[in-house]
Amino acid sequence: MACDRADTLVHGYFDNELDALRAAEFEIHLEECSECVAALDALQSLRSTINIAQPYEKMSASFRKKIMADLHVKGATVMTPARVTSDWRWLAIAAALLLMIYVGWRVASLNRGDSRETMMASKIVDAHLRSLQPGHLEDVVSTDQHTVKPWFDGKINFAPPVRDFTEQGFPLQGGRLDVVDNRTVAALVYGRRKHVVNVFIWPTSEKDTAPHTGSIQGYQWTDWRKQGMEFYAVSDASAPDLDQLQRLFSN
Amino acid sequence: MSNPVQGKGLDVLDSQEQVRFETLVLPHLDAAFNLARWLLRSRADAEDAAQEALLRAYRFFHGFHGGDARAWLLQIVRNTCYTWLDKNRKIKDMTEFNEEVHGLPSPSPETLAIASNERGHLSEALKSLPPRYREVIVLRELEGCSYKEIAAITSIPIGTVMSTLSRARRQLQLALGNAAPEEATHGV
Repeated sequence: MACDRADTLVHGYFDNELDALRAAEFEIHLEECSECVAALDALQSLRSTINIAQPYEKMSASFRKKIMADLHVKGATVMTPARVTSDWRWLAIAAALLLMIYVGWRVASLNRGDSRETMMASKIVDAHLRSLQPGHLEDVVSTDQHTVKPWFDGKINFAPPVRDFTEQGFPLQGGRLDVVDNRTVAALVYGRRKHVVNVFIWPTSEKDTAPHTGSIQGYQWTDWRKQGMEFYAVSDASAPDLDQLQRLFSN
Repeated sequence: MSNPVQGKGLDVLDSQEQVRFETLVLPHLDAAFNLARWLLRSRADAEDAAQEALLRAYRFFHGFHGGDARAWLLQIVRNTCYTWLDKNRKIKDMTEFNEEVHGLPSPSPETLAIASNERGHLSEALKSLPPRYREVIVLRELEGCSYKEIAAITSIPIGTVMSTLSRARRQLQLALGNAAPEEATHGV
């Protein structure tokens, strides 16, 4: 290959790992280097191939149960085989049954809370990914909160708190309507260095909650409720970045 | 902080640490399994290795003082898998790392024929990479790790993560490319 950047820098650029200066320099270089453009296209197509193939493999439900039991040692060590006569056998079976029910309940209650949250978070991450498709990110492109806020008027029956945090490192880029979990929501788009942060907002009747956080396949999410609004921030930016944005919204 | 109590087999964390463990580590069970699955190329081996790694994570959790829990766990998983590969004489794979692009095995036409769908194609191509390439692909493309996290997990110096990824991706592109000409030549 004639251009050595097609082998190296193009990856850093593709992965959002270059600092702003190097990224800007590389973008200038891209305008005159067809080799790097081709390399960038190839990386994009490789990523699509991987995404289409969905190679991510999760553990099976049965294995997960086993692991959970392993990590909650209590349940696992009680079944010490004692010398049981036939009289004791029924009692042992009853005890074992009770234990199974208890462990099953523990695992089920763990999974239930877990899976509801995970399901919602994965819908949010899906919405985030959808928004990154070309032309899907913003319906109203503006860095001015006084332009974005009125845009929502009449389109939805609630007023999302639209604020610009450029000075704090999260420039407002725009907003759009989105549908998450069969509900129309407001989506605010913020930049964070080279990352995009979507903040989904919809009204809720539930009381305020502290932020819950998690990650799905590398995407961080933070969920909190404040003053009748539910917020879901999602991004491939770092968890501390999202924490900071959450605090900005709560101030 | 932590006060591990001697239990039967595995030290039991005190309740506060148990909660901390469940909050920080349990969300990454799938990440642990997925990495093991691709490093060992088998679900069954991955279950054994993931189990071993999680028990180790549990045992050494008092040594984890915050930071990136996923990277911390994946580092343990990775080390466990390499020990595993070593033990099972699959170390051959790891030395192939030095053989540069051309010396590496590509998926055979038979396996590619069997792998008729995209998932199968990618799986065979990925499996044909040496572990050190496979892991950076899995961490970056499947797990979405940053270069910093990849460096922490794999012990690759941060400065060479980009070039390792570059080589790994080129090789994956080649392995996937091998799959395409079959259809192309049929068409002509």
